[in-house]
Amino acid sequence: MSIVGTRVVRVEDGTLITKGGTYVEDLRHEALTGAVHATFVRSPVAHARITSIDTSEALQAPGVVAVYTAADIDLAPGQAGPVAQPWLADGVVRYVGEPVALVLTEQRYQLADAAELVDVDYDPLEAVASIDAALADETLLFPDLGSNVAQVTGGEFDEHAFDDCEVVVTETIVNQRVAPAPLEVRGAALAWGEDDRLTVWLSTQNPQLARTIIALGLGVGEERIRIVTPDVGGGFGAKIGSDPEPVVLGWAARRAGRPVRWTETRSENLTAMTHGRAQQNTVTIGGRRDGTVLAFRLEVVQDAGAYPRTLFLPTLTELMASGVYHFPRVETSSKGVVTNTTPISAYRGAGRPEATAAIERAMDLFAAEIGRDPAEVRRTNFIRPEEFPYQTPTGASYDTGEYAAALDRVLEAGGYHQLRAEQARRREAGEPVALGLGLAAYVEITGGDGGGESGRVDVNPDGSLTAYTGASPHGQGLGTSLMMLLSDQFGIPLERITVRHGDTDEVPTGVGTFGSRSLQLGGSAVRRAAETVIERARALAAEMLEASPDDVVLDTDRGAWHVRGAPSSATVGWADVAARAGDGELSEDVWYDEGTPTFPFGAHLAVVEVDTLTGKVVLRRIVALDDAGPVVNPLAFEGQRHGGLGQGAAQALLEVMSYDSDGNPTTATLADYSFISATELPDFELLHMATPTTRNALGVKGIGEAATIGSTPAVHNAVVDALAHLGVRHLDMPATPLRVWQAINDARKAD
Amino acid sequence: MIPAQFRYQRANTVEEALAALAEHGDEAKPLAGGHSLLPLMKLRLAAPEVLVDLAPLDELRFVRLDGDTVRIGALTRHHDLHGDGVLREHAPLLAHVAGEVGDQQVRHRGTIGGSLVHADPAADLAAALLACDGTLVARGPRGEREIPATEFFLGPFTTPLEPDELLTEVRLPRQTGRGWAFEKFTRRAIDWAIVGVAVCGQSVGLVNMAGTPLRASATERALASGAPIAEAAELAAEGTSPVDEPHATAEYRRHLARVLTARALEAAAA
Ligand SMILES: Cc1cc2nc3c(=O)[nH]c(=O)nc-3n(C[C@H](O)[C@H](O)[C@H](O)COP(=O)(O)OP(=O)(O)OC[C@H]3O[C@@H](n4cnc5c(N)ncnc54)[C@H](O)[C@@H]3O)c2cc1C
Repeated sequence: MSIVGTRVVRVEDGTLITKGGTYVEDLRHEALTGAVHATFVRSPVAHARITSIDTSEALQAPGVVAVYTAADIDLAPGQAGPVAQPWLADGVVRYVGEPVALVLTEQRYQLADAAELVDVDYDPLEAVASIDAALADETLLFPDLGSNVAQVTGGEFDEHAFDDCEVVVTETIVNQRVAPAPLEVRGAALAWGEDDRLTVWLSTQNPQLARTIIALGLGVGEERIRIVTPDVGGGFGAKIGSDPEPVVLGWAARRAGRPVRWTETRSENLTAMTHGRAQQNTVTIGGRRDGTVLAFRLEVVQDAGAYPRTLFLPTLTELMASGVYHFPRVETSSKGVVTNTTPISAYRGAGRPEATAAIERAMDLFAAEIGRDPAEVRRTNFIRPEEFPYQTPTGASYDTGEYAAALDRVLEAGGYHQLRAEQARRREAGEPVALGLGLAAYVEITGGDGGGESGRVDVNPDGSLTAYTGASPHGQGLGTSLMMLLSDQFGIPLERITVRHGDTDEVPTGVGTFGSRSLQLGGSAVRRAAETVIERARALAAEMLEASPDDVVLDTDRGAWHVRGAPSSATVGWADVAARAGDGELSEDVWYDEGTPTFPFGAHLAVVEVDTLTGKVVLRRIVALDDAGPVVNPLAFEGQRHGGLGQGAAQALLEVMSYDSDGNPTTATLADYSFISATELPDFELLHMATPTTRNALGVKGIGEAATIGSTPAVHNAVVDALAHLGVRHLDMPATPLRVWQAINDARKAD
Repeated sequence: MIPAQFRYQRANTVEEALAALAEHGDEAKPLAGGHSLLPLMKLRLAAPEVLVDLAPLDELRFVRLDGDTVRIGALTRHHDLHGDGVLREHAPLLAHVAGEVGDQQVRHRGTIGGSLVHADPAADLAAALLACDGTLVARGPRGEREIPATEFFLGPFTTPLEPDELLTEVRLPRQTGRGWAFEKFTRRAIDWAIVGVAVCGQSVGLVNMAGTPLRASATERALASGAPIAEAAELAAEGTSPVDEPHATAEYRRHLARVLTARALEAAAA
């Protein structure tokens, strides 16, 4: 029986759980002997001119090795979209948390004392602390740009687009800024070698990209940079490649002539690591009273933060604007604006959750306006199975989907009609605890970056296997999944298979783990390499069995070759084949770039109870169907869904990174920034469906982000639904008790 | 997340602790569970030069019934209060509230004395003690004194304790058989209260409705004069001055105080 598709306990977990991982901070590497410790002095103000920096007192503090500022750095500045981003603030600071100076000390505990003594004078400038303030263009972050709008796409709308609609609804929906807050904060350890190469131990989602970024920043060839990725405690998109800090640290290691170690603090992480989401989306949806949508318009405004380094986010939102629906007319536009806040980058879903949130709220608004059930309105507009591959008006080519089936299964498993009856009963009885049902039907894009992935498979002399992947798993359990695929192909048990990744000297090419790409591309690459190795082995086994290659078969239960039809006669094992093979003959290194994007989909039903007297929302149930094609390891697959559901619900109910009007973050510690915990979550009710894709060697789609994308609008819609009878038609996330209470009051007043 | 430099001194007896405090004056701080003090030090919002660790003072870890008075040692941890049989029988509100503080880790380190002396307006036990007519016992170079809870909370993080005094004990009349209830309103299970209401018989203590814990006196008076619960609870926000924050406005807090007071009074009466 094949191991693929069975629940295999992740091989990564034993060590991570019992002994703990080896993260950057835990490294005890020879090359790091005598390392100095580093910390960044960060701006406490959102927007200001730096009038002076006095480092003299800090330089006298115990253990201080060096204090560097922009004046010391002789590197060309980095680039963030259309603007230059200095490595350390150069004359102006543009957000609270921006690095202003770097302090190096002998001992780690000396850092905080020394950093306090760096005396920076700030001459405050007006802060641009919101999208509206940015669009007003009164204060400019980058006067040379002439505007706070850093990127504009689309926007040539047909003024008659909604002419034939009986009903048109429009709403501006805030997709609030959230903090990735991984368990492991950012960290790096850096050492220049005798050979004048820099080794960077880095907490990243993709060492090869980090190598490119750091080499570019330091102005050296990539061959002079080696990145090593130890265990990584979560990234969620915010550890893609490298942030600017490691470049400064690499420069400092050279200047100081010492290895350097850096780990940010938890408080630092909340303002200095990039944030996610931060869009303001205006939806206009129109159609007929029978539930048919005829036109949809999405206008995206992306808050890019102070340095607009990830401007693909709003365009990805545009690409996925129409979701799972066959709409005759779809129009989109986007603007990316800069504000005096932490830069925005990818965060679990990165552009797609925002699209799903917008269209799924829009569908509910439309359904409410025409007085039809939101499930029915969705069903009326779904793209039908026979329409695939489906070309969307925004340019996406959906591979496969069973959108209506997914929704129906969820409705049935959730007992949707009974829940609606219970809701009606409570409303009738005037009970203070209202019931809300929220639906989201979603499609998303995985492996959408267009890059390929590397995969190498070696049969070792002892008949064991080693595989190398350019993916860079950091908690997803991809290693186990690849081992399962290989075990299935070779008939070699998991214990004799090793998957290696994360050292650019060992895996020189690779793209990494983000955008839910790693199984569909990394897995396909390894599969491709394995196929080649097996064919070469077949030839060797045939020689040894004195048969024609066509006549030998690999028995994958035993991991042995034998002559077809004679399983009990002579067999040749992997060690035998390896002994006969020439040097490198049973090794294959492939670059898999045939994989095109895939489109996982699903449907979620969220059930909430809202205490209408206090505004408190309790999430009672999530019934989720997430279809990402065939499943290699159901345990890891469900794990990704659990995490995604929790993180998605958190955005709907709890999480927001807020700033006051002066650009001061008001949720800068974990006491104020409310991430979700198990206590706030129900047991998840997971349904299974597996619609394969034709777009890669494995037929799989990505599951890393899917559940996050579906759950946010499902939970959000549930809260609004619970309040519908009180006259509430929309409220923005997160649905905090205060917001819910205010929405009820506002609706009452408007009545 | 590294505090400024400090000296550490371990006190093996109450006398040693008092001597250390007397020696260093307001440069010193007693350290109990550390769950309020250490975070402040790590954020560098507090920088005492000397920490006097009270951890060895087992003599201040107890709960006992003394006639009609329940006596609690200042170093008794929230977790121990929550599980204590004597407390559960004779001051069940306090035992329950102790189980609602923070999370398991916090309850296994934090102490009732630390919580009261820290005097955070959002602290749960302070309002509960106030509702139970508690008294705090302090010991210092000038001897021992009793301070009623009503006079202990002077403002946010402010109490009449002198820098050379230790809180040694908490006393309250036994509540055996009185109805009680605690309504703590939070967003997440581990959060501090946005508003809390502790009811002990006809007494109502409010969490986070002013710079100090306080009693809902208008509600109490209404109850005393025979008003029904719904009517009395409507007065719960009278005389309060809750903080106005983006995630919880003052108006919202006043509303919550009324709703939660009604609920707590109903539950206590049931
Ligand atoms: C994550 C987290 C969540 C929390 N949630 C809640 C909550 O929901 N509700 C709540 O009420 N509390 C909460 N707390 C606070 C918790 O109850 C603390 O433990 C308590 O407030 C302080 O007690 P401690 O023993 O840790 O005191 P410490 O931190 O050691 O000391 C606090 C202060 O009191 C002084 N002090 C301590 N003991 C004495 C004494 N015997 N005599 C004189 N001075 C003394 C110290 O010098 C210091 O100034 C939370 C804390 C954390 C970290």
